[in-house]
Amino acid sequence: MTRLPASVRHSAWVALLLLAVPAAAVAADPAVDARNYAGPAWSPYLVGAGIGVLAWATFYFSDKPIGASSFYASVAGLIGKLVAPRRTESLDYFKDNAPRVNWGFMFVVAAVLGAAAAAWPVGEQTNRWIPEMWHARFGESIALRGAFAFVGGGLMAFGARLAGGCTSGHGISGTLQLNVASWIAVICFFIGGAFVAALLFRT
Amino acid sequence: MAEVVGTGEHADAAATLKVRTMVQGAVFGFVFGFLLQKGGVGTYHILVGQLLFQDWTVVKIMLSAIVVGMVGVFALHHFGKVELHIQPTRLGPNILGGLVFGAGFALIGYCPGTAAAALGQGSWDALFGMAGLVVGSWVYAELSGRLKQTVERWGDLGKLTLDAVLHVPRKVLVPTVAGTLVVFLIVLNALVER
Repeated sequence: MTRLPASVRHSAWVALLLLAVPAAAVAADPAVDARNYAGPAWSPYLVGAGIGVLAWATFYFSDKPIGASSFYASVAGLIGKLVAPRRTESLDYFKDNAPRVNWGFMFVVAAVLGAAAAAWPVGEQTNRWIPEMWHARFGESIALRGAFAFVGGGLMAFGARLAGGCTSGHGISGTLQLNVASWIAVICFFIGGAFVAALLFRT
Repeated sequence: MAEVVGTGEHADAAATLKVRTMVQGAVFGFVFGFLLQKGGVGTYHILVGQLLFQDWTVVKIMLSAIVVGMVGVFALHHFGKVELHIQPTRLGPNILGGLVFGAGFALIGYCPGTAAAALGQGSWDALFGMAGLVVGSWVYAELSGRLKQTVERWGDLGKLTLDAVLHVPRKVLVPTVAGTLVVFLIVLNALVER
């Protein structure tokens, strides 16, 4: 353990301090209880194991880890190429990651269809613009819900690109490879998330 | 790919490979979306419920996926059947990006993958979030040149895996981590109602 770089030791202390955030979030006593609404259709352990087996398959057949966030960067780059091709090609990120319809692009598009196939034939579709729990807390304005979702999506994409992945790429694929970056990132996802969720929902 | 264009047979082979890659992406993505929806993680209150520590579905799914995925992927890697895809550890961007991601995650109530599942099951508010995800990706791309020179250099430790940091061989660490996570899940399952 003596060979750990100072930065690793320091960040361990920072991580410990940051863990105080979820503790505070628990103490915040949210105004709405998520457990008042319907739970998942399948056991989370079955679903998790299924995703684990899916990870074997994507590594073995496609030489790719499961990931979702780069899809949105591809879409941004493809739209950019249509609207402002020279600007798009001048940006560092798109020089390193040429936007195209690739494996990851198909993966996310097909995920929409897979979820549709899971939900609609058996009456599990939600078919609503405002989630029930949001409605209970913030009312029925679609504009308000839309604004929060849009800003949240923007921050999330920026954070994912900076951190190098999302809840799939880091949270599942990176962590299962015991990648240090991924364990740090996923802990920070939940710290940042718990903090803001507590701000939104505490009484 | 430029060099194979025009030489009929090679161009065909490259095209076949491309089609196969696309089809694989679509098949695996379909299964992923199906599982996310069945796991309830395309649902706002289940995701936000995790961030409020009321509903532990997300952690249960993620840790089960990690245990199963880890054991299989490292076994396949041991027998030379798969390559690992390790990303460099950069403390600055990993921590800052992670915290920003988390803040956004709480505001939208979906993550990039589960937003796709939300849309598929008819949670139309995911469309606003997906538009935001595209715009946020563009903003990052706009700043990527400057970020590369600054934040992304902070705390760069290179490609780093837990077994290297702890000086424990993989054949010991993988079962240890998997076992620890299983015990954690058993305890968690006994403690929480969902």
